[in-house]
Amino acid sequence: MTLLSTHGLTAFYGDFQALFGVDLTLGAGETLAIIGANGAGKSTLLRSVCGLIPAASGMIRFDGADVGALSAPEIMALGIAMVPEGRRLFPSLSVEENLLIGTYGRKTQGTWSLSTVYDLFPVLRERRHNPGTALSGGQQQMVAIGRALMSNPRVLLCDEISLGLAPVVIKDIYAALPRIKEGGTSVIVVEQDIGQALRVADRVVCMMEGRITLEGTPARLTRAVIHDAYFGARV
Amino acid sequence: MIWVDTIVQGVLLGGLYALFAAGLSLVFGIMRLVNLAHGDLIVLAAYLILFVVTVLGVHPLVAVLLAAPMMFAIGWGLQRLILTRTLGDDILPPLLVTFGLSIVIQNALLEGFTADSQRIPMGAIETASVALGPVSVGLIPLLTFASAVLVIFALNQLFYRTSLGRAFRAVSDDPTTAQLMGIRPASVFATATGIAMVVVTIAALYLGVRSNFDPTIGPARLIYAFEAVIIGGLGSLWGTLAGGIIIGVAQTLGGSINPEWQILSGHIAFLVVLLIWPRGLFPRAFD
Amino acid sequence: MANPVSYRVETRTRASGRAAIAAAALVVLAIGLPAFAGRSLLQDMFVILSMLTLAQCWNLLAGYAGLVSVGQQAFVGIGAYAMFAGVIFWGWDPVPAILLGGVAAAVLAIPTAFFAFRLAGAYFAIGTWVIAEVVRLSVAQWKSLGGGTGTSLPREATSDMMFVEPIASLFGLRDAAARDVLAYWLALALALGTIAGVYALLRSRQGLALAAVRDNRVAARAVGVDAQRMNWVVFVAAAAITGICGGLIYMQTARISPDAAFAVLDWTGYVIFIVVIGGIGTIEGPILGVIVFFALQRLLADYGSWYLLILGVIGIAVMLFAPRGLWGLIHDRTGIDLFPIRRRLIIKK
Repeated sequence: MTLLSTHGLTAFYGDFQALFGVDLTLGAGETLAIIGANGAGKSTLLRSVCGLIPAASGMIRFDGADVGALSAPEIMALGIAMVPEGRRLFPSLSVEENLLIGTYGRKTQGTWSLSTVYDLFPVLRERRHNPGTALSGGQQQMVAIGRALMSNPRVLLCDEISLGLAPVVIKDIYAALPRIKEGGTSVIVVEQDIGQALRVADRVVCMMEGRITLEGTPARLTRAVIHDAYFGARV
Repeated sequence: MIWVDTIVQGVLLGGLYALFAAGLSLVFGIMRLVNLAHGDLIVLAAYLILFVVTVLGVHPLVAVLLAAPMMFAIGWGLQRLILTRTLGDDILPPLLVTFGLSIVIQNALLEGFTADSQRIPMGAIETASVALGPVSVGLIPLLTFASAVLVIFALNQLFYRTSLGRAFRAVSDDPTTAQLMGIRPASVFATATGIAMVVVTIAALYLGVRSNFDPTIGPARLIYAFEAVIIGGLGSLWGTLAGGIIIGVAQTLGGSINPEWQILSGHIAFLVVLLIWPRGLFPRAFD
Repeated sequence: MANPVSYRVETRTRASGRAAIAAAALVVLAIGLPAFAGRSLLQDMFVILSMLTLAQCWNLLAGYAGLVSVGQQAFVGIGAYAMFAGVIFWGWDPVPAILLGGVAAAVLAIPTAFFAFRLAGAYFAIGTWVIAEVVRLSVAQWKSLGGGTGTSLPREATSDMMFVEPIASLFGLRDAAARDVLAYWLALALALGTIAGVYALLRSRQGLALAAVRDNRVAARAVGVDAQRMNWVVFVAAAAITGICGGLIYMQTARISPDAAFAVLDWTGYVIFIVVIGGIGTIEGPILGVIVFFALQRLLADYGSWYLLILGVIGIAVMLFAPRGLWGLIHDRTGIDLFPIRRRLIIKK
């Protein structure tokens, strides 16, 4: 069953057109990886789905309703949570407060609460009274993911969660994704790092220059095919 | 002994300035909005209390309870309709718009209530005093100071212990990411300004009970309030209380030497503090 | 370079060329105005021209250098008081004593800048205001100049004022009217000189640097513009002219008090409205603004506090809905630049 979809979605990043008619679907319980080079339009796609960037044309449907015209807080309240690029913790809030504020616009009971998020990332429990920004990059990323989970979202959008982190830290963070899936949340991960994305995803979409160039399951996609879709076909 | 008395009176006066400043500190800390009409809003609230007292014949404390929600609504609407449009990186629009607002409020009050001096009548309590160790202090100044401490304590609890307080800090840090948490910045800002106006109403009660007021005295109160906020450091509410006390003590000390130096001493204390600590006494670690 | 492309850089536009001719005609007319205008018109013109000078100075600070001062009344007041001091203590003629006002304001501007430049943005605005209050309260302690109640220029100083007698005989006027003519001419010279000075500054290398700092402080520093130094120059220069203007205004009034000479509403509040309504960050804006300001004042003169109330509402509305003011609206519709600053490359084949 399709939970979230875009139809002919067009959007601008400043003055530049970043999306050219993107059709995307996300099934309930599915984990979708969107890969592509820098500037392919992946982040713009996520930002327009979560309401931070208005769509220039096209449609965004969530759970049967058209949500394209809603603001970011309204979309969040419906159950689409975003882990923004660069983690974006609130520096005046402690780790625990950063987690708690994730429920501001949506207080739905479910799998995720302070204690289950601390179980998922035990290191955060020890540091819960520290300012969020005093943590290492990997720990900050854990807070950002936990913060998004606190509202028990139906869809979790993760924008470049491996950016700037050491490979061993990235592995730790990606290890949490299966447990997030078990909680019933559908996930979209946007990545430039193909390896991690392919390991966790049920399905992969590759973007280039604002368009979807390839779609399939990780098992069926060879490195070479992805490479072509990622960088453009070798002629 | 006279010095102890002077300093105690100064500390208590500082409570009044801290009350003037607390709302300003809240709004300034959350949205970096410099509200040049803050002093005039205090005067407006004083007229509102007086109006309620006169028309309904109730005690000023009851009038404050009635005026506070009205002031909350005024603040909420003001933020929603006007001030929110001025927020941004450029400091000119908020400064100029609130400056215009200051002129509008002053002259609307002149039109509505004339330039005559007014006072909020409190009855016998106005002249009552209590012995505080070796010094005798007026009950009203003591109540003012106690209210200031209480207001700042309450605002701190709100700021650091509640969901709304977290939202205030989050929006102040990063309004875009705050939206991803379901926070509507415009609505949070309007609530903050509304709360600031409730504090303004409390400040207005003491302004009107302690001394005469007329529509033109707002800007001077604004300066004292700003001095307290800046001395304390952006966003630090207890710092604002400390700032108010510094201004109050400097004024009474200066005034005890020469009555004409009272106001001047407060300003000079402000300049000296700022010369040594340009970001105030208790600045936030980051900005 | 076998086939060099010839080019030149110019700022002149067709409108500015015509405007220059029209302006020259206007200046001639303005100089000759006392020959056929009555005293009340000259007095009105004096107010307009002195407010225009103050507005150009504030516009230079806030509109070009990003220094939003709410304390310009400090320089009006200190300039006026210095002029009075020169006349009363040292027996100077009031006319040269006006320049003393400029010197005093420039001197005051140095510690003010030293203090206020440590403060950013809103703190700067409040800081300048507090300094102006400190100066006002200090001057009110100056007992030999009347303390808090103020004082008047001595009668003999105003009656024997420089240039008054030749003006009186030239136009066949009494001394009082001749003093109005003199004040008018001085205000005209000051306003024209200020506009010319601001225009010359903005067209110079320093002016480009100023614009660069306003648009992007970091980038400007990267290409070697010293923002702090430019701010010092602009702040002290604006203070000096503001001080001269203060001296001139109080030469005309001949009576001074700290509350009037350091009034935040009169010398900064009105000035801000003039600049905002006319169009901040342009030379045309304050000119247009002062005309609108004066017209409103005349139109609403009988309505007391309603006048200021309406002025406040207009100021707020302009800032919210047309932040570049009336001149901004006109410029967008017509593309006219009377004082072009932008450099254009003109390539000839």
